[in-house]
This record gives sequence, C-alpha cells and structure tokens, in this order.
Amino acid sequence: MEPSSVVETPSPTVSQRDQWIVESQVFQIYQLFSTIPPNAQSLMLELQRDKHIEYLSKGLRHLGSAFSVLDANRPWLCYWIIHAIALLGETIDDDLEDNTVDFLNRCQDPNGGFAGGPGQMPHLATTYASVNTLITLGGDKALASINRDKLYGFMRRMKQPNGGFRMHDEGEIDVRACYTAISVASVLNILDDELIKNVGDFILSCQTYEGGIAGEPGSEAHGGYTFCGLAAMILIGEANRLDLPRLLDWVVFRQGKECGFQGRTNKLVDGCYSFWQGGAVALLQRLQSVIEEQMVEASQSFTKSDAPDEKESSAGTSSHATSRIRREGISESCSSDVKNIGLNFINEWRESEPLFHSIALQQYILLCAQEQEGGLRDKPGKRRDHYHSCYCLSGLSLCQYSWSKRPDSPPLPKVVMGPYSNLLEPIHPLFNVVLERYREAHEFFSGL
Amino acid sequence: MAGKIEDESNDRVPLRLRPEWSDVTPIPQNNGPNPVVPINYSEEFSEVMDYFRAVYFANELSSRALSLTAEAISLNAGNYTVWHFRRSLLESLKVDLHVEREFVERVASGNSKNYQIWHHRRWVAEKLGLEARNSELEFTKKILSIDAKHYHAWSHRQWVLQTLGGWEDELNYCSELLAEDIFNNSAWNQRYFVITRSPFLGGIKAMRESEVLYTIEAIISYPENESSWRYLRGLYKDEATLYVNDTQVSSVCLKILRTKSNYLFALSTLLDLICLGYQPNEDFRDAIEALRTSDNEEQDSDIARTICSILEQVDPIRVNYWVWRKSRLPQAA
Repeated sequence: MEPSSVVETPSPTVSQRDQWIVESQVFQIYQLFSTIPPNAQSLMLELQRDKHIEYLSKGLRHLGSAFSVLDANRPWLCYWIIHAIALLGETIDDDLEDNTVDFLNRCQDPNGGFAGGPGQMPHLATTYASVNTLITLGGDKALASINRDKLYGFMRRMKQPNGGFRMHDEGEIDVRACYTAISVASVLNILDDELIKNVGDFILSCQTYEGGIAGEPGSEAHGGYTFCGLAAMILIGEANRLDLPRLLDWVVFRQGKECGFQGRTNKLVDGCYSFWQGGAVALLQRLQSVIEEQMVEASQSFTKSDAPDEKESSAGTSSHATSRIRREGISESCSSDVKNIGLNFINEWRESEPLFHSIALQQYILLCAQEQEGGLRDKPGKRRDHYHSCYCLSGLSLCQYSWSKRPDSPPLPKVVMGPYSNLLEPIHPLFNVVLERYREAHEFFSGL
Repeated sequence: MAGKIEDESNDRVPLRLRPEWSDVTPIPQNNGPNPVVPINYSEEFSEVMDYFRAVYFANELSSRALSLTAEAISLNAGNYTVWHFRRSLLESLKVDLHVEREFVERVASGNSKNYQIWHHRRWVAEKLGLEARNSELEFTKKILSIDAKHYHAWSHRQWVLQTLGGWEDELNYCSELLAEDIFNNSAWNQRYFVITRSPFLGGIKAMRESEVLYTIEAIISYPENESSWRYLRGLYKDEATLYVNDTQVSSVCLKILRTKSNYLFALSTLLDLICLGYQPNEDFRDAIEALRTSDNEEQDSDIARTICSILEQVDPIRVNYWVWRKSRLPQAA
C-alpha cells in the first residue's frame, strides 16, 4: 500500500458526513448570534429559568404515555427533574416533596436498595438516583427514609469477586455499577473495605489505550464511563493508579469546535457530555499535583530507563504505589479516611484555572442545547428531555464555578456567560448534587 | 420512542377477557395516593403490568407467564425485572433458547439501545455455548452494519469472541469497517482489542510492526483523524522508551508538520514524545519554525514551549490545556 496517491477527494465517510451536518447546524446558530445586536445577544444567552422550571415541574406531576418506556427508571426521572430544579435555585412545594419521599419509599426494597418503580427489583442505578433525589430534597424525613443497613446488604450482594458490582441480581457488571455503588456508599457513610475491595482493579482494567475509561475491559473509551470510573477511583482514594495524564489528554480532546463535548472519539457533540466529560475534567483539575507527579515520573523513566524506585503497588499498571502521595482531596487510604474523601474534596479546594474551555461550553449549552420554550437537549434538531436538562445544567454549573476560589464562592461576572442571573447553584462534582445539600447529608449521615 | 413490536394492537384481546387468565387477580401498581412522575399508561400497558405483577409476586413459573413477559417487554423493553423473571421462566420451562434468540432479535429491531436486551442476549448465548458463536457474530454484524458505533453491539461482540471464540476473521472485519470509514473509532478500538487479545496473533508485541505501518498509512491519508493517532500511541502502551525511540513515529510527525496542514495531532504527538525524552533534531526545529505565525510573540529557544504556543493558537478550544502543559514541561535537559 502506498500513501494516498489518489488526487481527487474521496467521498466523505459516514463519520465525516454526520459531523459536517452537525457542525453546519451549530455554526449557523453561532453565525446568527454574531450578527445580531448586543441586546439581542444577551437575550439569546439568557437561561430561560421560568420556562425550564415550568417544563421540569410539569414532568414531576404528569408524564404522557410515551414515557412508559421509562417505567423502570422513575427514580431517575425524579432525580433529573428535582436536581435540575435545585440547580436553578428553586425548591418544589412541600406537598410535592412529601409525595416524592413517599413515592421513592415505595420503590425501596424491603431487603435494601431502590427499584425502578414500585414492585420492581432493586437496582444500583435507580438506588443512586433515589439517594441523590432524597439528598437534594434534604431534611430529616427524606434522609431518614433511606434504610442504610439494608442498602449496605444489597450492595454486598451485588459485589463481585473481580471487584466490580452487578447492577441488580444477576444483572450486568460495569463501571456504572461501580460508581453508583461507591457514590451512594460514600455519601451515606457506609463505605468500607469490603465494598472497596478490588473495585480499583476492575476500573483500572477499563482504562483504554486512548486514555479514557470504558464500560467493561476491552470496550471503547466513553464519556459516561470515564466520569463514573474517575469519580469512583477518587472516592476510594485510588485515582493515582489511573494513567491521569493520558486520561486528561483524552478528555480535553473530546471538546470540539462545536464548543460542546462528544462522548467518544469521532462521535457527535451531545449536551449531556457537558457534565460527563466536563465533570471529568473538573475532577482532574483538582488532581493536578498527582497528574504532575505522574508526568514527571514518565519523563524520568525514559532517562533512567530502569524501573521506578519504590515500586510496591502490586495490581496497578501505573508505577505509583497506592499508599503514596494523596493530595488535593485524596487522603490516606485507610478506611476511616476514605469516608471523608467526599468532604475533603471540597474542603481542600484551591483556586485554579479550568483545563477545558469553560466559556465555549457555556456557549454551546445556552445557544445550542437550550430550548427557548424550556428544557435542554442533546443538540439542535433534537427534542428536549429531562435527562439532557439535568446534565446540561449540571455541566453549566461546573463551568460557572470552574475558576472559583472556593467550591461555592460566587464567580466573577466575566466567567459567567450571558447575564449574571444565569448563575446556577454549585454542585459537588463527585456526586452531582447541589453542594449545600451534600453538606447537609454528610452531616446527617456522619452522625449515624 | 415506544418499543412496539407487535402489529396486532388493534385486535388484541384484553387479558381480563382471555379464559386462560380468568383465575388470576391482577395486582395494581403500588403507586400511592399522590405519585410523582406518574406516567399516563395506556390501558393495555396498565393491564399487562397488573397481570405481570400477579404472576411475578406469586412466582408462577408457567408458559402463560412466559408469554405475558413477552407482552410486557414489547411495551417496555427497559424493564429489567420482567427480563429477569423471564430468564427464570426460560430455565424452569426448559424453553428452546434458539426460539428465544429470535425473540431478542425482534425486540432489538425496535430499539437496540438498551442494557437489558444485550444482557439477556448474552445470557442466552452463554447457555447455548459454542454453537451460538456464529449467530452472535452475525447478529452483531447486522446491528453494526446499521450503526457501526453501537456500543452495546461491540461489547457483546467482544464478549462472544472472548467466551466462544471466532477470532479468525476479526482483524479482517476491522479492516473492512475501517476501509469504509477510517474515522470509525469503535472499529479502531476493536482492532486494538483483537491485536492485544486474539490467541492467534501473538499479542501486541508480535503485531506492533505491521500495525504501525497500517496506522501510519492511515495517518498520512487523514492526518486530521484523531483515532489513528491515538491508536498509534496505544501500540506503545507501557512502552514509552520504544515509543520515543521508534523513528517511524517521529518521522510521520515530521512528514505531517511539513505539509503545514492538519498538523494538530502531529504537533501534540511530538510534544508527548519530547516530554518523554525525545530529542528533536534540526529538521524538527525547522518544521516547527515554519509553523510559527507572525503574531507568535516570544521567540523561544525551547522547542516544547514553542510547540505549546503554536497549539494555543491553532487549537483555541484547548487553549487552557496547552497553557497548562506549557507550564508543566519537564526541565529541559
């Protein structure tokens, strides 16, 4: 085979064609935006708070029959809607709040865990959604409604010898299951060595040659799994076992000229990855010293060419010993400290620059993913839904606070795209719940 | 959105009118007096699920229960509880799993992007064992011919290869897909999977030389294709010294840099090489120098810094990343 001796342009491949179509739609919007007067621009950039609230609240009270396909995901619908409302700084009225606690309680299995709906089997993903919803509602009634002892038993039953978790009894094993289990256990203060055991090995085996993390060993690096894998690794104090420089390099390359993030290499931009990929970069922003250390080690390994000194980590492919250096939110790995990783992560926050293009991402979310009539979406031409509303807004919040001194200190107006009234509530990036609700939950459960 | 697979929705006889169900009392969903996210179920949906709950809670392992699960799945293929119960029915009724495979295929033809279908398919294939190999490879091929990046289909295919075998033709299959669409990153990922795990190819070490040639060819044809660059790097995973010392890698960078177009990945690859200890010669310095634009402020003697500065300009979406990389360069030797 000789290098392309063909002179005429070959016809575009499917990937190229799909990409160009989306690019042209997106650029058309940016083009329009650049030609209109400033007051019209700021109108276009305005977050349609009231419309979003209206769309979201409506879903909480009524869903059409087309939602039957989400009948096994109802706690997810609760979480997407209630978290999005909380991000917008609003609360739902007391009755609706009581009804939510009551409904989720009907999804809670007597033997632990939350199901996709009343009478269904408990499932780790809907357990995560339920717990995050109850934390977002806050208050003793909501928080005390979680049966932690039984939930712990459920998680132990889902735990696999390879370190991973099954989603449900005889269900699939993947990185989502690891994250949802670890996240819930961490925030409820029931994380222990038994749950942690080997989960780092499993996640590590899912980091691909590209740098990102896949759902299962061998699969393709993917934004959703990358967030899940990285967040879980941080929560168990083993993030330094991942190849973080390669992970960072892969994630930052997922932001494209459309300004939003794609989920995988050469796939199309999608608003939901504003959180999954944007969240992964935001987490990596807090791990800078660990990344630097790995980079230094990589650059030295060439000159020395010998194996790095003090190699003691047995399972990892990274030469970093698990027991060494834990900074910027990562405390020593003995289990008592693992319980505080979530809290330390925000307490040890330091001012730094985002590693992705925060303004560009805000532009994509506001101009391309936002529907003027309320709700957010994947991309222009797609319809709004609750999932995308939740994750576009979560990503937007991350962007707005990405320069902040403290995780919740008000950002400067110049880093908030559009009117300052676009400012959302800050989140805890490891759990994706509004920060002050996380603090309340942490206090509540650390006392139990 | 709805996962309908039957075309007989009009002449459907409600369960309550079917004699074989007359002894069963349907159990309504325990939704509470004021449920949130209430779904306005169709009459059919409610009825099927009410009867499903009745048999599920009673753990009734009957053939009527089996056909009921099919109805429930046709209305919502995402209900993992229904699928789970269906598996215990299939087992206890000793159903022919070839028939079950056809059922999965029909469900998947409606909407194949759901975890449950694939988890079930894997279960069926595992039960059937070796004989399922070809049908599973064909099934995934069919799905991938419609959507070549289908995540679940790829993951199923990898499971089949690892569990049941069928590796022999897989590298060719990857090559075919890449010939159709060289930007198909899923096919590149599968290629990596094959060369690292196929029992017939001798592993990455044995494959490296020919794969590097293949990849460099792909890079030269489409230097803007990130997939091939990442694959190239992947061929030297955990082999930084080899990566830095292999002149094929640095040469392809130089070659692309000299074309002065689509050189983003060539530049970033060169930067990685330098960070790992590569010492670029004058040819590289000249090629980089030729890329500097007039408004490139500082004259920098350090080539890595210069590369970062160029990247800041030509790749503005990652400006923060390149600035950060510049500030974290290893101390020049």
